[in-house]
Amino acid sequence: MANLKLENLNKTFGTVEVIPNVNLDIEDGEFVVFVGPSGCGKSTLLRMIAGLETASSGDILIDGESVVRTPAADRGVSMVFQSYALYPHMTVRQNLSFGLENIGMDKAEIERRIQDASKLLQINELLKRRPTQLSGGQRQRVAIGRSIVREPKIFLFDEPLSNLDAELRVVMRFEISSLHERLGNTMIYVTHDQIEAMTMADKIVVLRKGVIEQVGAPLELYNKPDNKFVAGFIGSPRMNFVDGKATSVTADGFNFSAEGLGDLALPRGQRPVEDNQPVSFGIRPEDLKVVGDEGEGWDFSVSVSEQHGRDTYLHGLLADGTEILVHQPGQFAAKRGDMLKVMPDENAWHLFDSDELAIV
Amino acid sequence: MTDTASQTNGPNLVRFLTRKQGGIKMTWADRVTYGYLLLGVFVMLLPVLWVFISSFKEPANLSEYPPTLMPVTMEKVEVEGYKTPLPLFEVVQEDGSVKVMAQIRRVGIRAQMVDPENPGAGRVTIDVKKATPVRKFHLAIENYEELLDSSGGNIWLNIYNSAFITIVATLITLVMNSMAAFALSKYQFKGSTVALIAIIATLMVPPTVILVPTYLIVSQVGLVNSLWGVILPAVATPTGVFLLRQYMLTIPDELLEAARMDHASEWQIYYRIVLPLSTPALAVVAVFSVMSRWNDFLLPLIVLNRPEVHTLQLALAGFQNENGIVWHLLLAMTTLTALPLAFAFLFLQRYITAGIASTGVK
Amino acid sequence: MVPPNFEGGDIVASEAISRTLGTVASLPARAVGPFWKWAQRRLGLKKLPWLFLTPNLLSVICFSLLPVIINIIYSVTGSDNLYLQDRRFIGSDNYSTLMDCQNYLDASSCSRDLFWRSLGNLLMFVPLQVIFMMGIALVTAVALNGKIKARGFFRGVFFFPVMLSPVVVAMTWQWILQRNGLLNGILGFFGAEKFSWLADSNWAFFWVIFVTVWAHSGFFMIILLAGLQSIPGDVYEAAKMDKASAWRVFSKITVPMLRPVLLVVFILAVIRSVQTFDEIYVLTGGGPGSATMLLVQYIYETGFAAQPRNYGLAAAASLLLGAALLIFTMIQMKISGGKK
Repeated sequence: MANLKLENLNKTFGTVEVIPNVNLDIEDGEFVVFVGPSGCGKSTLLRMIAGLETASSGDILIDGESVVRTPAADRGVSMVFQSYALYPHMTVRQNLSFGLENIGMDKAEIERRIQDASKLLQINELLKRRPTQLSGGQRQRVAIGRSIVREPKIFLFDEPLSNLDAELRVVMRFEISSLHERLGNTMIYVTHDQIEAMTMADKIVVLRKGVIEQVGAPLELYNKPDNKFVAGFIGSPRMNFVDGKATSVTADGFNFSAEGLGDLALPRGQRPVEDNQPVSFGIRPEDLKVVGDEGEGWDFSVSVSEQHGRDTYLHGLLADGTEILVHQPGQFAAKRGDMLKVMPDENAWHLFDSDELAIV
Repeated sequence: MTDTASQTNGPNLVRFLTRKQGGIKMTWADRVTYGYLLLGVFVMLLPVLWVFISSFKEPANLSEYPPTLMPVTMEKVEVEGYKTPLPLFEVVQEDGSVKVMAQIRRVGIRAQMVDPENPGAGRVTIDVKKATPVRKFHLAIENYEELLDSSGGNIWLNIYNSAFITIVATLITLVMNSMAAFALSKYQFKGSTVALIAIIATLMVPPTVILVPTYLIVSQVGLVNSLWGVILPAVATPTGVFLLRQYMLTIPDELLEAARMDHASEWQIYYRIVLPLSTPALAVVAVFSVMSRWNDFLLPLIVLNRPEVHTLQLALAGFQNENGIVWHLLLAMTTLTALPLAFAFLFLQRYITAGIASTGVK
Repeated sequence: MVPPNFEGGDIVASEAISRTLGTVASLPARAVGPFWKWAQRRLGLKKLPWLFLTPNLLSVICFSLLPVIINIIYSVTGSDNLYLQDRRFIGSDNYSTLMDCQNYLDASSCSRDLFWRSLGNLLMFVPLQVIFMMGIALVTAVALNGKIKARGFFRGVFFFPVMLSPVVVAMTWQWILQRNGLLNGILGFFGAEKFSWLADSNWAFFWVIFVTVWAHSGFFMIILLAGLQSIPGDVYEAAKMDKASAWRVFSKITVPMLRPVLLVVFILAVIRSVQTFDEIYVLTGGGPGSATMLLVQYIYETGFAAQPRNYGLAAAASLLLGAALLIFTMIQMKISGGKK
């Protein structure tokens, strides 16, 4: 049981700052997911917590104790690697016991831990096999088992599901979540898949270029993204953005206008808006409603219509040339070249200034 | 192997060789290919087969011309009144019939013979052109017996010397090279490139070029006429380091990190994780080492001057210097020397060829 | 990215062997464990690799670097003393002795005529042997790369002489080529006279090339075969769809795609060819006369067999040989675009 605190953590390779300055608090028992596109520094951050990368400056505190100079093995954390990193020449049992033998733990205790972990993960039938004789999901379980037997304060997962096929990924997602519920340990999980992040996390940390863009609960990030990057990254299919400017700013509201599109009246938020300020208007595909070809709305010409059965996705262009995606629940008859009118749903839009920060 | 053995059922062999996938007929290109390959089999295999067969021929049989296909010996018979058994000849009689007679001695083109059935009938002088020796198939195992017994059992010493050098040198090579390869593949540290280049650059220094100084160093350390004087100078092989390093690079670093998190020391990572996982590459390096050590000639030639420290190769080469060439012993010894590697080849062909292939394609 | 599932090669297949070896090997390895633990604490991860490198680097220094330096010293000092302190400096005398010639086209006009003869032989031997050997290796590799029955057998047959020791190879062929040997026997069957193949200068030179090719072409064949097999099959299938003839496939697809491997084989073949010694030394002893003596044999004879031993001259000759090899390799690398 442990909390984790990162203070002004910095990682520099030569002259490249991979992680400029990270501050983060993780509470005891939280399931935290680091998410971001590849190269955003999320794995580096995790490996710094694990002790596999040295921090260039800053501090890492586990339960208030600085571990930044402690070797990886002595930090009380365990790691499940992306490739599982099971020792191919050892049996499952040897894989589980290797680390415990290295610290000279007595045989009975090792045996007890192996039994407990293998029962928990349902791998007790596999103890005599080698990793090459296991399926992807079984390897995954063994890798988690190797973490569990060490009884760490904090579990670290580095993209553990990226080598599994889509179906198995869903199963393992659920298993890791329920494991967290049973063990109650702090877990930090790295992924580039925002669906994994959304479904598993208590708290999501969105990273870009080594900088934390936003920290929050999944729906908080979905509903109230702090900036255009988070808005675009969280949610699938991704949010549409239409560039335009703010006009007719009054004390209560203002208009969003873009070339060729009808003005949209919006209420004022906390942040100041000026007349003619360039802004980016964000709207999720499911929040665009098709309003038929008459009446108020933006002209939309369909270029591809994807029929999924339960849902219909319409790719196409707005009058100003912006490519957008519209989601229609159910089956919707539309084909290439059709002209439709779409209308953003009230209260579901987002607005970002030229610094990509949210104007709410 | 089956190909040469099945020569007797010729039509089967032809059908087997000409059978093509999907029943497509053999093209002329296929015929040329098989023709070339069969010629190759003849040229590559025959000389060695010939040495093998010859090693079972007795000295008299060896000096015959034209050579006999199979090892044969003269049929001999005990004849009353003669101490040693006499060789039998088929002699064409005046009337054209053939009679078997025993030869007592030969003088020029005449031979004195006696009828073995009836020695009392007295000696007959016969033109050697009319006599052909009676012979039977005979494996002269005594060549090998003589080789192993003669020269005071020196041959056993030679075998021991060769085996000692081969085994010890290979073990040291494996440990040293794998340690270096481990450092050069699994750590980033200042000077690693320099160290790698320094090791690989020794490829540019052929052992023949540094023959004299190698001898000086060996003699300075006092290892002339010591087996260690042959073992030590060639114990670090650049190709070995290179091969092992290339292989170890394919072992994911995550495995080492996992081991580090499992409280393994770096030495434990080396011998409990990386070394066992490099077995295929180690096997290749071991095979290379065994091959070059067993077959090595020049270094033993300059370092080992006393007969009791000679290796098999030196002893073999020495056979022709003493009193001309003692072919029957030399051929037996050639066969013995080649045998261990021939067996190794049968079992390890896959490793050997894979190892050689990987030196070129990278 | 990380390779998803590293399987550790063949370890499962050779499990029993590796387990036994592992248990045996782990005993001494465990014994030195404490030392390494101590070393790791003392040195840290940045310096520990040097400890792993130490045995190898020591060997490289003692038996490669040091000898090269000593060789240079030898080549500029005189006398038949082995130990450096007993040798006096004579500058470039050894080199000028080697180079001392009235007419460079006539070896007998040189003070060290054997050096020039062996050099001349080497300059004949290397190109002929390398071309002959690469030709055979390539043809065999191409033949074996096709859809061939009993490919493993044929490959083994062409390869196995590589396993034989040079002495065994030389003895084998001496037995075949001797006056009462198999070759004369076969030719005699067709009515030819007995002939002493190794007593005739030109024939001896031919057989020296033939025997070394016989012994080594399998090695290069295996490398070329691996190169051929690394050419993806669909390239050939595409060529088939394009109606390319067999010759065009070979010249326009096989050879260009095999180029890098051919280059490696060429460099290796030349380096080895230049160093040829053992087979010839045992087969002909460099004779008849000096017809088949190559440079390495000259170095050996000058430094070790001749009385008095002339280490300085041998060292000078070997440095010239080493320099030539170095220049050759550098030119090759330049041509190939500085790869590897």
